[in-house]
Amino acid sequence: MSTSTQAAPGTSNAVGTLKRIMLQGRYETLAMIRNGEQLVIAVVLPLMALFGLVFTNLLGNVAARPIDAAVPGVLALCVVSTAFTGQGIATGFDRRYGVMRFLSTTPLGRAGLIYGKVMAVLAVLAMQVIVIGGTGLLMGWQPSPGGIPWAILLLALGAAAFTALGLWIAGTVRPEATLAITNLAWVLLAGVGGLLFPSTSAPAILQPIIGLLPSAALGDSLRTALISGTASGSGILILLAWTLIAGFAATRWFKWN
Amino acid sequence: MSNVSPSLVIEGLLKDFGPVPALDGRMVRVLNGISLKANAGAVTTLLGSNGAGKSTTLACAQGLLRPDGGKVTLLGEDPYGASPALRSRVGVMLQDGGLPPSLRPIPLLRHVASLYQRPADINALIERLGINEFANTSIRRLSGGQKQRVALAAALAGNPEVIFLDEPSAGLDPQSRQVVFDLINELRSAGLCIVLTTHLMEDAQRLSDYVYIIDDGINVAEGTVAELTARAAHEATAQAVTFTAAPALLLPELPAHLLLVEPAPGQYRLEGVRDAHDLASLTTWWAKESILPESLLMQPRTLEDVFLEIADKGNDVN
Repeated sequence: MSTSTQAAPGTSNAVGTLKRIMLQGRYETLAMIRNGEQLVIAVVLPLMALFGLVFTNLLGNVAARPIDAAVPGVLALCVVSTAFTGQGIATGFDRRYGVMRFLSTTPLGRAGLIYGKVMAVLAVLAMQVIVIGGTGLLMGWQPSPGGIPWAILLLALGAAAFTALGLWIAGTVRPEATLAITNLAWVLLAGVGGLLFPSTSAPAILQPIIGLLPSAALGDSLRTALISGTASGSGILILLAWTLIAGFAATRWFKWN
Repeated sequence: MSNVSPSLVIEGLLKDFGPVPALDGRMVRVLNGISLKANAGAVTTLLGSNGAGKSTTLACAQGLLRPDGGKVTLLGEDPYGASPALRSRVGVMLQDGGLPPSLRPIPLLRHVASLYQRPADINALIERLGINEFANTSIRRLSGGQKQRVALAAALAGNPEVIFLDEPSAGLDPQSRQVVFDLINELRSAGLCIVLTTHLMEDAQRLSDYVYIIDDGINVAEGTVAELTARAAHEATAQAVTFTAAPALLLPELPAHLLLVEPAPGQYRLEGVRDAHDLASLTTWWAKESILPESLLMQPRTLEDVFLEIADKGNDVN
């Protein structure tokens, strides 16, 4: 029965590398968006943050109009919710249930699994950018056109850095701990980590530390790019450094079971 | 067995786990020189009690764990860090399933099958393993036996040449067990190399072409089921229960190698009946003393006897 299509033994039976990664990316994306809690953290909370920032005018002096200061920060928040919190929690539980072990024995292998997760993060992030950006535009958001390419680069770099951080945590501690750490970090980074509010609005004593966080590098640089249309070299460097450090740590210490 | 090289060869496999805090941070050696071979068209069984090292051996053979010593060759390649081409020819069923709990069985199986150029006929597998009965239930809510069936289907989804089954019958009801066993037999006939672990003697006896008995991280005995049990078939046990006479008085009249044991007070059993002469002297003695035993049973050894004997020996050495 199941052997009816058996080809000559000894030949590879795997579909091509790119196709495998795309298939796994689609599978992981569907798993992410089908998950109710995930949808809350990916879409509902960022939208609430957007409305809150615009209608309470908490960002009064950051840009000429509140909406222009709010959208970049909410996009930064989306990166952290998807790449770090959502992906980290999913990976932690996949590891607990042996899903990573099983799928790594298929043609996907470990690398294919990780690339699949990266694809899913990028796909969900793209949907978030459309929802948040679209809502922002309806509310009168006017991004600086010259900053849009920089913003896309920053979103991609932010996704890389926070995916690596999420994998590092998910691969080394219990899934319950991953859940707690990534959710707590999401709230803290949103409030004082430079995501929604400029790091310069944090207490002066904390500013040097916050300025080095990937969240501040992402949030501050996105605001600079989309408000004034200029690139932030230091933000890009900080995100690159976090990607390399967390990527190395995740590769080195990730436990597959 | 055949002139084709074995699909799986393991030589002197070592694996340490740790450091273990409870042991002052020392490493624990869980595999201590496992060596085995598995051929295409045969079921090779690793039989051992829980914790003997069966699953760890499989994990090394599947490329999930890096051995600390020895050599593993799977379809001519080192499975650790193997190419996708090698992984595409090998199916794996893990003991804990490894299935994503939030998914339903059929979308998972279709996804796994999509990773292969020539996947198995998923509909036929679903039908065969009765997965349709619970197709609309998420894996989280399936019973242990249902999960086992999905895990087996997932292992077969890629139409593998070699399949690893870790405790395939765990949690299965008798009907599902029969279905799974029939399927394993068919896969063997179709030429697959099947490597399975079990701690159930009955499974090993029913399924295996060749058995390795694993104890404390090393293979301590091997052979076909017939070889393992026949090797000492002459050590059949005659059970003659309930003697009224004091055994000490009567023992001198029996051949010296017959062993009288007292499993319960006043109950005696004779072990070590090797041949017809032993039986004759036994019955002669019974006739002389007017003893009619409660039961007389001659039994060849089962795999369980072999296993228990080996495990006992291991304990004696320790």
